[in-house]
Amino acid sequence: MSVLLAQQLVCEKSDRQLFSDINIELSSGQLLYVTGENGAGKTSLLRILVGLSAPATGKVHINGFDIHKDMPSASQGLLYFGHKQGISQLLSALENLQFWCQQHDVKATEEAINGVLAELGLTGLEDIAVKNLSAGQQRRVALAKLWLQQDASLWVLDEPFTALDVHLIAELEAKITLFLKSGGTVVMTSHQKLSIDYPISNLHLDYSW
Amino acid sequence: MWKWINSFAKPEKAYWLCDVLQNWFAVVATASLVIGIVWGLGFAPSDYQQGDSFRIIYIHVPSAILAMGAYVAMAIAALVGVVWQWRTAFMFMIAIAPVGAVMTFISLFTGSFWGKPMWGTWWIWDARLTSQLILLFLYLGVISLYTAFEDKQQAGKAAGVMAMVGVINIPIIHFSVEWWNTLHQGATITKIGKPSIALEMYWPLLICIVGFATFIGWVTIVRMKNEIIMRDLHRPWVAKRFGGLVDLEAAVANEKDMKGGQ
Amino acid sequence: MVALKSVFLKDLALAYRQRAELMQPLMFFVLVITLFPLAIGPSPETLQRIGGGVIWVAAILSLLLGMERMFRDDFADGSLEQYMLSPTPLYMIVVVKVFTHWLMHIVPLFLISPLLALFLHLTFDMYVALMLTLLLGTPLISFVGAIGVALTVGLHRGGVLLALLLIPIFIPLLIFATSAIESASMLLPYHPQLAIIAALLLFSVALSPMAIAYSLKVSQN
Repeated sequence: MSVLLAQQLVCEKSDRQLFSDINIELSSGQLLYVTGENGAGKTSLLRILVGLSAPATGKVHINGFDIHKDMPSASQGLLYFGHKQGISQLLSALENLQFWCQQHDVKATEEAINGVLAELGLTGLEDIAVKNLSAGQQRRVALAKLWLQQDASLWVLDEPFTALDVHLIAELEAKITLFLKSGGTVVMTSHQKLSIDYPISNLHLDYSW
Repeated sequence: MWKWINSFAKPEKAYWLCDVLQNWFAVVATASLVIGIVWGLGFAPSDYQQGDSFRIIYIHVPSAILAMGAYVAMAIAALVGVVWQWRTAFMFMIAIAPVGAVMTFISLFTGSFWGKPMWGTWWIWDARLTSQLILLFLYLGVISLYTAFEDKQQAGKAAGVMAMVGVINIPIIHFSVEWWNTLHQGATITKIGKPSIALEMYWPLLICIVGFATFIGWVTIVRMKNEIIMRDLHRPWVAKRFGGLVDLEAAVANEKDMKGGQ
Repeated sequence: MVALKSVFLKDLALAYRQRAELMQPLMFFVLVITLFPLAIGPSPETLQRIGGGVIWVAAILSLLLGMERMFRDDFADGSLEQYMLSPTPLYMIVVVKVFTHWLMHIVPLFLISPLLALFLHLTFDMYVALMLTLLLGTPLISFVGAIGVALTVGLHRGGVLLALLLIPIFIPLLIFATSAIESASMLLPYHPQLAIIAALLLFSVALSPMAIAYSLKVSQN
């Protein structure tokens, strides 16, 4: 069974067609790399794939569930990382991740979370409100979700490398490769050239306005 | 049957329907408005209590009834749009909203003018006037929510939710205002007893109501056609239907380029 | 269940960390009420007659002020996206969030209300009626108001628009609540009014979560 199945997606923004007739079928262990100019609809496509935006027509199934009809079931094995990081500014890194784990049925002890934060170079910053961290550090707190998740089968990552230093980009790429090798599926966009040692399928969105 | 109804979700089909209906509505509206108003203002007997000033009823009552009717129509369109995701339903919703708002305003305006000779004041907090005023606020809320959004599809859905919240509230508002009014109505202003209306007065009123209803339909259809064309300017069917007549597409694209260049 | 409890605790923690902002609607409430004796005159009879209405109008306005916060931060930082993608249905999360928000705003209002009753010379019976109507009426404001908040959360400067959308909707509530207080001032029974408000509340609690969840999805688009 395919992990992600998108059929004949059409996206409209302000009554203009952004893209049409997008068909995607990904199975376990595949990496889809979405490219295109600014404004070609990369983010819109990703948001449609995870069910945050509705397509004008077309259907998206994740693990066999229709994401636009049965979001709680379909998003079970889904991890989405978007432009907005999904962490509260007033909570600390630790609190944010604990909260996220409770929301998404991820079993992680405080030590486990602290371990991941240490791995991402955030030792000593666990208890500081996120608003007091730098942009790159905030980004890392949000990315820690990728390290914490346990049973996700699909990652949808929108520009995950923004505001990261070279060292961390390499680490994230290694993490993505590891996830793919263990049978995960990834859809991602990025401005950087991907240097992942793994077969990449490419989807190019043309600017059609 | 269902499939046939559902085909009106397509703008080109809805446009075709508007085209067909437009002339019928125009003819019926013009004829019945002329007959109804001339009959009502010129030939119907005058009221033995109110004299000729009662004749404003031929404008006031139809506009008051249809202000409410237009709101219900708008909310039904919103429901259709939300449940079956018809783009055209939201187009109808926003086509009729300002028409309904104007009807509400006319009924308030004429009500106030009727009140001056009858009650001796331009405005009293009469139950019906008050709920009509609230209805006007509800209309303005829907319209301003719609205009606040850039993306008109999103705007349609948002304003649709508000229209439905409003329509659930209308009976509650109506009831509560009625109740409030009977509590507070002082003895100084007594409502003029309403004798059941004579048949010679009733017929022109009925014709006026039909006239107003079809007039609202007519204006809404014209507005709806505009809305469809404006929203679908970039779609092939518009170009096909209007052929070389419409260079608007190019004009709009030009404007966009100029904006982009700045 | 764990997920819902954690939403409740998170929103409590966030409200506590922004308690200064939480105080603003309350201050506004007190200030509006202070204006009335100054504008109308200090005579106790007049103040007593208009007191219930004044407190209710001020309560609606101040709740409207605070309401904008309900989904604003979650929308801005992307927490809302994560809620939508979590296994818990959105409408359940929404119920918890609205309830928490109501709790955070109504408790201070209740605490300060004896003072206001004193300011406006309310009798004890009127005060009891005021408390009861506030207790039943303000959750209604929060639940119905949340629909409007969810619709305008994506708009810049949606504050005035929010008031424009919601104030007409609250008119029935205002009518029944103030009439209950008026009945209490004449020592008449006012349970019919309370029953109507309770009915409206149940009705809105049943229907609004779906509408709020739908509106939030529309705003996400």
